[in-house]
Amino acid sequence: MSVLIIAEHDNKSLKPATLNTVTAATQIDADVHVLVVGFECQTVVEQASQVAGVTKVLVADNAAYEHQLAENVSKLVVEVASDYEHILAPATTTGKNTLPRVAALLNVAQLSDVIKVEAADTFVRPIYAGNAIAKVKTTDAVKVLTIRTTGFDAAASSGGNAERQVLSQVITSDRSRFVKEQLAESDRPELTAASVIISGGRGMGNGENFKLLEGVADKLGAAIGASRAAVDAGFVPNDLQVGQTGKTVAPDLYIAVGISGAIQHLAGMKDSKVIVAINKDEDAPIFQVADYGLVADLFDAVPELEKSL
Amino acid sequence: MKILVSVKRVIDYNVKVRVKADHTAVDLTNVKMSMNPFCEIAVEEAIRLKEKGVASEVVVVSVGSKSCQETLRTAMALGADRAIQVETEDGLDSLSVAKLIAKVAQDEAADLVIMGKQAIDSDNNQTGQMVAALLDYPQATFASEVVIENGEAQTSHEIKVTREIDGGLQTLAITLPAVVTTDLRLNEPRFASLPNIMKAKKKPLDVKTPADLGVEVGSKVSIVSVTPPPQRAGGIKVGSVAELVDKLKNEAKVVS
Repeated sequence: MSVLIIAEHDNKSLKPATLNTVTAATQIDADVHVLVVGFECQTVVEQASQVAGVTKVLVADNAAYEHQLAENVSKLVVEVASDYEHILAPATTTGKNTLPRVAALLNVAQLSDVIKVEAADTFVRPIYAGNAIAKVKTTDAVKVLTIRTTGFDAAASSGGNAERQVLSQVITSDRSRFVKEQLAESDRPELTAASVIISGGRGMGNGENFKLLEGVADKLGAAIGASRAAVDAGFVPNDLQVGQTGKTVAPDLYIAVGISGAIQHLAGMKDSKVIVAINKDEDAPIFQVADYGLVADLFDAVPELEKSL
Repeated sequence: MKILVSVKRVIDYNVKVRVKADHTAVDLTNVKMSMNPFCEIAVEEAIRLKEKGVASEVVVVSVGSKSCQETLRTAMALGADRAIQVETEDGLDSLSVAKLIAKVAQDEAADLVIMGKQAIDSDNNQTGQMVAALLDYPQATFASEVVIENGEAQTSHEIKVTREIDGGLQTLAITLPAVVTTDLRLNEPRFASLPNIMKAKKKPLDVKTPADLGVEVGSKVSIVSVTPPPQRAGGIKVGSVAELVDKLKNEAKVVS
C-alpha cells in the first residue's frame, strides 16, 4: 500500500528534509505520495512532482493552510489517511508539531526520529539522546513515523513526473491563529542541509566572539551552529542549537570549537563524517569522538585556521 | 484559571546511560532518577502564572508506578497545589499516557495543560500534541514565551505563545482550553526550599487507575532490541593548525 509524506515547505520552496523522507518512504514501498498543504504553493507542487520516486502529489492550497497549523493540517491528513498504511513527515519542528496529532486522531502510535527502515513494520530509532538504539516493531494499522533526515540520503530533486490530485476540503482552525514569525536571515546554508558546520560552545566566552567562526565559515561555505551551553548563556539564538534538544546534523565536516562535548551535544552531531575538535582542555569528552583533535586556545587557533584555508 | 501540568520521572540527565547486556532495555537499576528537565520548566511556568494571579490552582499529574509520587512531591515542593498519580506500569507508550492525561484534564476542567516538549528517555516529543488532538484543543508546542493578558484567564480567553521553530520564532494566539509544551528557554526553574519540601508532604496526592478514568491502555508497538550506538573509532590529536589543515585536505579530503 502507498506511503504518504507530508511535505516540508514554506509555500515558496520544497525543503531538502522532504527529499530525505522520500528516500525513507521508498524503502517501505515503491508508491510514494507527497501531500503539499499550504497557500499559493504552486512552485512547491512543481518541485514535489519532480522528485525522483514520487508517484503522486496531493495538493491542498487554501488560505486556511497558509501557516500549516497543526490543528487543521492534522485533520486534513486524517481525511485521506484511509488510503495509506504509512504516513511520514520529516522530524523537523513542523513535522514534530503536526504528526503526533495525526497519530492520536487515528488512535495509533507515532514512531519518532526513525533513522532506519528494517521492514515495513520494523524501524530503528535513537532513544536516551542517542545513547541507546531501539529497534521497534508495530502492528498498528497505520504506521505514523517522523524521519530523522540525517539517517537517509536525499532523493534526487529531479527525474520524477508525479501525477497531481487536488484536495478541495477546507478545514479551518478557529482556536489557533498565526500572529507573527521572526525568522533568522542568513546567507549561510541551513544547518540541517550544510555539508560543513562550525559550532561554538561555552568556550567562546560571549556572543561577540562568534564572529571569529564567521571567517572560517565564509572560507568553507559552512553553516554556524552552537552547543546548548552557548545558547543557554545567551551567546546566540536557539535556532543554532545542535543537540538532543536542538537540531540533528550529519555534515561531511563538523568543527567543534570550545565545546566540551556533553552527551546532549554529541547526540546531535556524532553522525558527522569527519569531526574536528578545538579545545584547550585536553580531557574534554569531545576529543573522544573527534577524528582530529587540536588542544589549543581557540582565540589563537581559529584565526590561524581562517588564514590557512 | 486552573492549570494541569504533567511530570515524568526519568533517568537523571547527568547519568551515563548503559544498555542491558541482553539488549532488551536500558539498565535503570540503582540509577539516579529525577524529574524530566522539560517538565521542570512546565511546573515553573505554571507556578509563575499562579504567582502573577493569572492562575488560581496548579495540579500536577504523573503516570507510572508508585515511585513517580516522589516526582509529584517535588513538583508540590516547587509550588504545585495538589497531585494526581495515575498508577500504571512504568514505560507506558505515549498514546496511552496522552489518553490518561487528556481524561484527567477533562475531569479537572483544566483551562491550560502545560507539558514538557519531550522526555529525555524516550525522546518522542509527542505526548502534548496527542493530548491536544484527543481533546480537540489548540496547541502551542516548543514554547519560549507565554503571554496571558487581562488578569485571570478563563476558558475562551486567548493567550499568545512564542514557539521555537527551525528557522527562528513563531507566535501563535490560541484560545483556552489549550495545551502548551515547553522548550528550554521558557524559564529557569527554581529549586525547592527545605520548608517547602516539608510542606509538600502534607499536600493532597490522589491515586487513580486507568480503570477509574475509564481509559484502556496498551500499545501495538513492541521493542525488538535496545543496543548501544555504534562507537566512533578513536581519532588522533594534531599538534598544530597547519597539521590539522593538512590532514583535512590530504587525509580526510573534506577541504579543498
